[in-house]
Amino acid sequence: MLHALTVALSVAALALAAWCGFAAYRDQPTKDWHFIGMAVVTVLALAQLVVGIVRLARGEKADEGTAIFLAYLIGAFCAVPAAGFMSLAERTRWGSATVAAGAVVLAVLEVRLFDIWER
Amino acid sequence: MTGRRLSRGPGMLLVWLYGVMSVGAVSRSALQIVTEFGRAPLAYTLSAMAAVVYVFITYTLVRGGERARRAALVCCAAELVGVLTVGTWTLADPGAFPDATVWSDYGYGYLFIPVLLPVTGILWLRKAGTAPTRPSPA
Repeated sequence: MLHALTVALSVAALALAAWCGFAAYRDQPTKDWHFIGMAVVTVLALAQLVVGIVRLARGEKADEGTAIFLAYLIGAFCAVPAAGFMSLAERTRWGSATVAAGAVVLAVLEVRLFDIWER
Repeated sequence: MTGRRLSRGPGMLLVWLYGVMSVGAVSRSALQIVTEFGRAPLAYTLSAMAAVVYVFITYTLVRGGERARRAALVCCAAELVGVLTVGTWTLADPGAFPDATVWSDYGYGYLFIPVLLPVTGILWLRKAGTAPTRPSPA
């Protein structure tokens, strides 16, 4: 379940990055549809956070330690919403570029999360 | 807003990247210093210094204004020197670093963002210094 979510989130994050990167390329700010995309990714990240905490609560151990695992889970959950709010403040192509960068950061966090949970 | 807004346009992307590096470097060094400082004191101290620089640059970018711009320029230059020094040091004498820092191998573990960020930062800050300030819309 955790691995499935990690893979799904990586793919979704890369898709969001490509989509918002394309908007930036076309000189457009983020629009409603982009925010719906961000919401979908954020819901996935929230699900991952919950599943991760449940697994820890059940007594399972992350390979590289509980603190690092939790920090990455929380970071993954916050990355896209934070970038989304910044794109609300910057209604130009650079807002879209910021969300694209946020989604790339999320994808990187997911790869690390995969390693942190088990090698 | 009277001062120069450093976080408009491309600056917003820089704020995001510096913010991410701040969170990453602060949490990493805090965890390392609290849990295993004795293992690699040099690496962890350098990570903490990097964290302070990132946080300060993020703050100046958000704050804006000419003084903040100059302060950010100095810090970006210091950051670049730090990345290049630590990057070269880790390659030349890996034995001094039992564990990696944010700036090890020129930021290889962070997609080379640590070495690219100060360069783009300096370019943006110079541009923001010469360009006429855009009137605030609100």
